[in-house]
Amino acid sequence: MTRIRSAHLPPLRDAAAIVGIGQTPFSKSLGLSEYEMAVDAIWAACEDAGLSPREIDGLVRYDMEQIDEEQVLAALGNPLLRWFCGTPFGGGGAASVVVLAAAAIAAGMAETVLVYRSRARGKNSGYGKDPKQGGRYWEKMPESLPGLNQWHVPQGLVSAFQEMAMISMRHRIEYGTTDDQYADVAIAFRGHAMRNPAAVMRTPMTRADHHASRMISDPLRLFDCNIETDGAVAMVVTSTARARDLRQPPAIVHAGAMAAGSHHIRLSNLLGRSRDDDSAARVARQLWESSDLSPADVDAAFFYDFFTSMVIIALEDYGFCRRGEGGPFVQDGGLAWPDGRLVCNSNGGQLSEAFIHGFNNTTEAVRQIRGTSTAQVEGCEIALVAGANTDPTGAFLLRRA
Amino acid sequence: MADRTATITRAFPRPQPTRDNAAFWEAARRGELRFQCCTPCGVFRHYPRPTCPACLSREFTWELSSGRGAVYTWTIVRGPTLPAFQDRLPYNVVDVLLDEGVHFVSQVLDVEPEELRAGLRVRAVFVPLDDEITLVKFRLDD
Repeated sequence: MTRIRSAHLPPLRDAAAIVGIGQTPFSKSLGLSEYEMAVDAIWAACEDAGLSPREIDGLVRYDMEQIDEEQVLAALGNPLLRWFCGTPFGGGGAASVVVLAAAAIAAGMAETVLVYRSRARGKNSGYGKDPKQGGRYWEKMPESLPGLNQWHVPQGLVSAFQEMAMISMRHRIEYGTTDDQYADVAIAFRGHAMRNPAAVMRTPMTRADHHASRMISDPLRLFDCNIETDGAVAMVVTSTARARDLRQPPAIVHAGAMAAGSHHIRLSNLLGRSRDDDSAARVARQLWESSDLSPADVDAAFFYDFFTSMVIIALEDYGFCRRGEGGPFVQDGGLAWPDGRLVCNSNGGQLSEAFIHGFNNTTEAVRQIRGTSTAQVEGCEIALVAGANTDPTGAFLLRRA
Repeated sequence: MADRTATITRAFPRPQPTRDNAAFWEAARRGELRFQCCTPCGVFRHYPRPTCPACLSREFTWELSSGRGAVYTWTIVRGPTLPAFQDRLPYNVVDVLLDEGVHFVSQVLDVEPEELRAGLRVRAVFVPLDDEITLVKFRLDD
């Protein structure tokens, strides 16, 4: 790490590490409850780290998580939880959970923090009336809308994928992003998934397959969208000092940042704001400034790939290319492994591995740092993990010890 | 486990006016498009909020919009969607940048999907949903 030059290191710098990762199988239908899946994944993460669940003393709950602190404690032999918090804004919190865990550890509020996400979102798993209880949240819209969704749902804009379609269309209007460039993202990630035995979507995808997939909300086709799956992922974060004595090589949280800007559900606000002044671009600036690193130092990047178009925009937000050049960046195998411009979502991401709200991308970032990915970057030193780039969001950098 | 189809919202999802935005819905019912406008600096804003995002003043009035603007971005929803909109598929949703500078999500009526493009000039029209709520839609501006 010869490039590090700050005289006063941020307190978060290298204070914590991801030391355990665990997951259930990923599937379109597992037939398990979110509670069962959460506990399976948490147990696996503790086992991976070589820690007892009773050693957990902190917890970060993801925004939409239905398995709350009390339920987790009850299933883990009631560890003494002394610090807990949550993230708002859906996918924007995907990376923030680790930033918050590292912050708690750096501040001495906890030593071993659990982050987890359990989702029964396969089409046949919608088992509760609450929008957050599985299935499609937007199908369970209240009949009377007092919140900001009253400004677009009655117009027929009912779901995130339609909001993203509007944001993606604007990117095409300004920069001429193409269907082929969307296909380049989908095909690259499918290629990763084909090498990854845990991935749900492992059949080959061609450009023609992508273009032939059903248009669901112009300009987004079915193969531009994340898949919907059942599954859970958990991670254990602990102090870097303690990490040295544990079973796995630590993935050290080198830097982390969060920034609040507009949210895709408040579309009129989001479209009125410059992207360079919005959440993701702000997080990126904070991250690079606090890390003394730049995109050129990143060996593997993990973006919140809810839609192909959003990966293209994220590459711009995080400075891997200039604004408007995300399309050309991914073109002609730009994200392919091993010969592309950047190894990105090497598990197949949420487009092809599973949609566990980005948590499955984070565990893959850890595998890259450990050297155990199925699309391994040789000598991977630095991995970037970013939350959704249309929400108040967060991001962090992992590094090898 | 509950049947998934039993949890789907069947009714039309209806705006419920609040203290913050009742003036907008009252104006729409009268066939007027009104937005909050900052008294000291004259900047229009949407969604309704207590302060001006430009100068932070809390003084404002609900000013009449020209109702004219240009399509900023758009989509054609081809499904899935809520049952309330199912029989309209495919339908457009647009973001209109009104001449007053605010973004407003709506639909352009009587336009083919192929006709939609950024910059298309549109003007507001008013479509009553019931006695209290009138939705603001748009048509191509002549």
